[in-house]
Amino acid sequence: MNTQGNMPEQTLPNGLPPQLGKPNIIPSAVPFNGIDSSHSSRTSSPANRFQQIPASQLPPMRSAIPAAQLPPSGMKPGNNINQITHNYANLNISQITPNSSPKIQPSGTSTPLLIATKTEVSSEGISPIRVQNTFMHSTQSHFTNAHQGSVNGRPPLQANQFQSASFKPSESNNLFTQKLVVNQPEIPTFNASVPKPLPAQSVYQPSQVPLNAITTNPANTLPPIPFNNLQPNMRMGSAPPPRPNYPRPTHQQIPPNPNILPHNQMLSQVPLQPQQTTPFSNVHTNRYPQTNLPSQYPHFNGPVQQNEMKGPSSTNVVQSGFNKLWGQENFDLLQCPNILPPNKIEAPRILLGQDYLDAANCSSDIFRCTMTKIPETSSLLQKSRLPLGILIHPFKDLDHLPVIQCSVIVRCRACRTYINPFVFFVDMKRWKCNLCYRVNELPEEFQFDPVTKTYGDPSRRPEIKSSTIEYIAPSEYMLRPPQPAVYLFLLDVSHAAIESGYLHTFCNVLTACLSDLPGDARTQVGFIAYNSALHFYSLAEGLNQPHEMIVLDVDDVFLPCPDNLVVNLLERKELVTDLLAQLPTRFLSSHDTGSALGAALQAAHKLIGRTGGRITVFQATLPTVGPGGLTVREDPNQRAGIEVHHLNPANDFYKRLALECSGQQIAVDLFILNSQYVDLATLSGISRFSGGCIYHFPLFKASRTVHGEHLERSLKRYLTRKIGFEAVMRIRCTRGLSIHTFHGNFFVRSTDLLSLPNVNPEVGFGMQVSIDESLSDLHTVCFQVALLYTSSKGERRIRVHTLCVPVASTLPDILGSADQQCIVGLLAKMAVDRSMQSSLADAREAFLNVAIDILSSYKLSLNLGSGEGSGLQVSNCLRLLPLYISALLKYVAFRTGTSTRLDDRIKAMCDMKTLPLCLLIQQIYPDLYPIHNLEEQNTVLNVDGESIPQPPHLQLSARSLDSKGAFLMDFGEHMIIFVGPSVSDVFLKQTLGVPNYNAITDQMYDLPILDTLHNQRLNNFINFLNDEKPFVATLQIIRENSPNRNLFIEHLIEDRIETALSYHEFLQHLKTQVK
Amino acid sequence: MVFNFPAFSYIIALIVDAFLIFFSLFHVIAFDELKTDYKNPIDQCNSLNPLVLPEYLLHLLFNVLFAAAGEWYSLLINMPLIAYHINRYRTRPVMSGPGLYDPTSIMNADTLTRCQREGWIKLAFYLLSFFYYLYGMIYCLIST
Repeated sequence: MNTQGNMPEQTLPNGLPPQLGKPNIIPSAVPFNGIDSSHSSRTSSPANRFQQIPASQLPPMRSAIPAAQLPPSGMKPGNNINQITHNYANLNISQITPNSSPKIQPSGTSTPLLIATKTEVSSEGISPIRVQNTFMHSTQSHFTNAHQGSVNGRPPLQANQFQSASFKPSESNNLFTQKLVVNQPEIPTFNASVPKPLPAQSVYQPSQVPLNAITTNPANTLPPIPFNNLQPNMRMGSAPPPRPNYPRPTHQQIPPNPNILPHNQMLSQVPLQPQQTTPFSNVHTNRYPQTNLPSQYPHFNGPVQQNEMKGPSSTNVVQSGFNKLWGQENFDLLQCPNILPPNKIEAPRILLGQDYLDAANCSSDIFRCTMTKIPETSSLLQKSRLPLGILIHPFKDLDHLPVIQCSVIVRCRACRTYINPFVFFVDMKRWKCNLCYRVNELPEEFQFDPVTKTYGDPSRRPEIKSSTIEYIAPSEYMLRPPQPAVYLFLLDVSHAAIESGYLHTFCNVLTACLSDLPGDARTQVGFIAYNSALHFYSLAEGLNQPHEMIVLDVDDVFLPCPDNLVVNLLERKELVTDLLAQLPTRFLSSHDTGSALGAALQAAHKLIGRTGGRITVFQATLPTVGPGGLTVREDPNQRAGIEVHHLNPANDFYKRLALECSGQQIAVDLFILNSQYVDLATLSGISRFSGGCIYHFPLFKASRTVHGEHLERSLKRYLTRKIGFEAVMRIRCTRGLSIHTFHGNFFVRSTDLLSLPNVNPEVGFGMQVSIDESLSDLHTVCFQVALLYTSSKGERRIRVHTLCVPVASTLPDILGSADQQCIVGLLAKMAVDRSMQSSLADAREAFLNVAIDILSSYKLSLNLGSGEGSGLQVSNCLRLLPLYISALLKYVAFRTGTSTRLDDRIKAMCDMKTLPLCLLIQQIYPDLYPIHNLEEQNTVLNVDGESIPQPPHLQLSARSLDSKGAFLMDFGEHMIIFVGPSVSDVFLKQTLGVPNYNAITDQMYDLPILDTLHNQRLNNFINFLNDEKPFVATLQIIRENSPNRNLFIEHLIEDRIETALSYHEFLQHLKTQVK
Repeated sequence: MVFNFPAFSYIIALIVDAFLIFFSLFHVIAFDELKTDYKNPIDQCNSLNPLVLPEYLLHLLFNVLFAAAGEWYSLLINMPLIAYHINRYRTRPVMSGPGLYDPTSIMNADTLTRCQREGWIKLAFYLLSFFYYLYGMIYCLIST
């Protein structure tokens, strides 16, 4: 149905046809209709399961289609709208996702896609006949459909509109205003749920809906009561709002059937109240009121206002009135220290005003823009002081990816844009590119629908339905035959490397993974070990065991023999295994401390230069011998200094080599296992410019459990994850925008083309975008990323992601559309550049300035004249920004004053440049959960039917801790369980499996699996966290008085430390600066 | 009409300046090509980098002549450019070879526009100073 929806506007731009703005809004004004009727019409879907789960248990955040624009605080489980969104989201997923949900699609299969199409058509109740009808015909029929929907949907909205319109201004002086202000954050929530229910279905049973809403989700309407009571003390410090207030909003809340609902609601609230409050009646009670407060009243005035906001062209008095209200949607940061929402922070949704476009837009996990609305001119952007840019995670492992194999890939003839859901169809035979606006011919083939085997509507094609799509490229996309997978391993065998003992781990893991290495029958592997000399291993046919050849002349590298150094894995598997068994012991007696990395890299480059591939370097010492030799630059006494030097490379040897490698499609990945300075600033050049990745294991000792496990797991993931060879990535954007700067590991080959010799699923990129021309005549702008790569199976594939973002023209609109996490991600990347080009102090100052500028411009946009000068006002969508910025200032990469090894700092900077956003945020602001009361927390069911507790996120501050509690901190690759001294014995025994507190040793690196509920819950929860990670995180259990406690304590970054401000002080500082 | 040392230095300046004009033209064209995707940045840097030092040295050469000839005014006009050149070369990225341009950072939009603007300004400066040197030469030749 999504795609059919665009029929009425066939000749219009897909963006936001102004005259259709209203019909689009109307269905969303009857939210309950739309959403709940969808339940009934899709009972066959597997997501039914979720209806049986008590509403309060439903996952607040883990839906694949994000409940997106939810302001973080709105994510409370009991939230009505949220709830529904989730159900709907699940429905949606089940509809699209193929049963097998293959991570890597087998070659040439477009079947999952076709199935998906089929189900979609049938579930939407479109008769096959209609589909087969002529183009115009079907258009017509859908048009009437939509129209009907709008007619039916209209009256409630209007009524509602008037009601609230007259209501709000008059109330604007009493306490209720405050509440409205609080409510505002919810608006996005509403929106998020609205787009999905589509008009046609909502039409049929409008009257049932309100009832449904109540009966199926009784718990959802609850929260107002408990929190209402708490509100005044906690938040405002003002007189409590009179209780009678809330029936009133309730009336407003339910547009279609005001008579029934309030009663029901009130009734259901009473008995269920305790249930809702229990989870929070623990130690952390005081956290919730503030954060949850806003979520109580999502629907009171949300819907109406939101609808008003939606239509960009509507300019009536009512709207301007609401805009004022909207403008007040703000947070006083100084008043509410606990601003972190208890649940995962979802990306704000991009609202295009048309449901099918919203549904087709690229997932926020893959593609994110720092704003969900693009300012129309660069001066407006300047005024908002927000950075404009996009973050991309292009090669993310996807559960569902439509793969298409066709002879003609439809692209714009002028700008080579791939056809995407946001193009405009001029008529049946032509389409207008949404990036350059050229009108192109549509090939005959494109109108053929493989499902019904008929010609007709082009919008049924998967290219038009999904903005993330993969093509199997025909031969025009190859400059040479697709390369085989070639893996070359460079192993440091200097004394320090042998000491660290990594070789043993490496050989074991590789032996175990040999058959899992991605590749086909042509896969090749090779090994070079190096200390002061290079050790080559010939794995020629007929040998009993590998032959080692030692090249002592490292200044002028040559290959000792022309072939058999890199061999076919399948043919020589035994020799390779044999070599891996011998390697760890081979160098045990050597005391050679030199490391000829440069020479080894040159040799490796020569070795696989003709095919391209991947070089994996394990480096444990500073390379001192031969070309590219380095000297120790770091002065350990300066580690805590304010000035940080040597962030830039000492020479350009590695960079030049990287460029040569990049030209021959070789990527170099670094595993740094140092115990001393290795000058990562210089070494990292080899990966940065060849599209490689860097792993860092500081002070590595294989004998330490955490280190060993960490290396083993990273290595295992590294070896077996998907890989794309000889890749290029091109970023196109709508005329008027241009890509300004790129961030990530690659080589920029031309203004919009990145050369990525290898691409892997854990790599992210950022781009700063600049606005060159005014976009005022556009409704939307698009970004398209196309990644052309060779899969490990030797197929040439193109993965295309398209993101469409609406254009806005007013400052409050822009400020209200900021995506705080994305902004932080981009800022971190920009700050790394700044630190390298100018100095770290500059970068830190820039962070501060950004925070000050944004807050100032927000204040400016509020236009507050009177009395509100106190406090630090910030809009809901930006309220975490100061928190993240203060976290960044204390992050390893940017902190000063605290002793930081230069290599660690550089690695952290590289991470900022290359990590995908979710991991990046976790790096700078780790997740902290209370785990001592998991059995009291809400739970969700996972695929296997296990219940996963959902403890709330805590602020990283000592005030979140409790001596009676235990806490889990999740850094991404590592987790720490911190056990307080007076934690209950039950917890110790049943969860950790230790008799008493002192029995927690310093070497507890895993959680025992016990047959108790507590333990199962915790294990389930940890597994659940691990599911989202590339590899299973290492775990360490620390008790409060252990010498390791600093590992945990130092991450409580909201607290004051000697050399840095606490979060609160940081806010105070900001306040003095904000004008 | 006397052929003295100042006149000689102006004649040399005139000839060298003509070369410099070509250099900066090439520079402008090269960056335009980069901007419009015609050239690979590595190739482009490889062709631009060897020309940087010669340009600076040529420019320095006739200024040394001016200094020797006591043409202080002409020298003064050129001083800012000399200072700029020295500073530019001093703050160049870490490179093993001679030159200024690093293929990994040259595609940055800021760097690109800056280099292009630099090319245009230098071209204008060299053109104007060409006529000035012509005037200076004639002046020296006919003054005595």
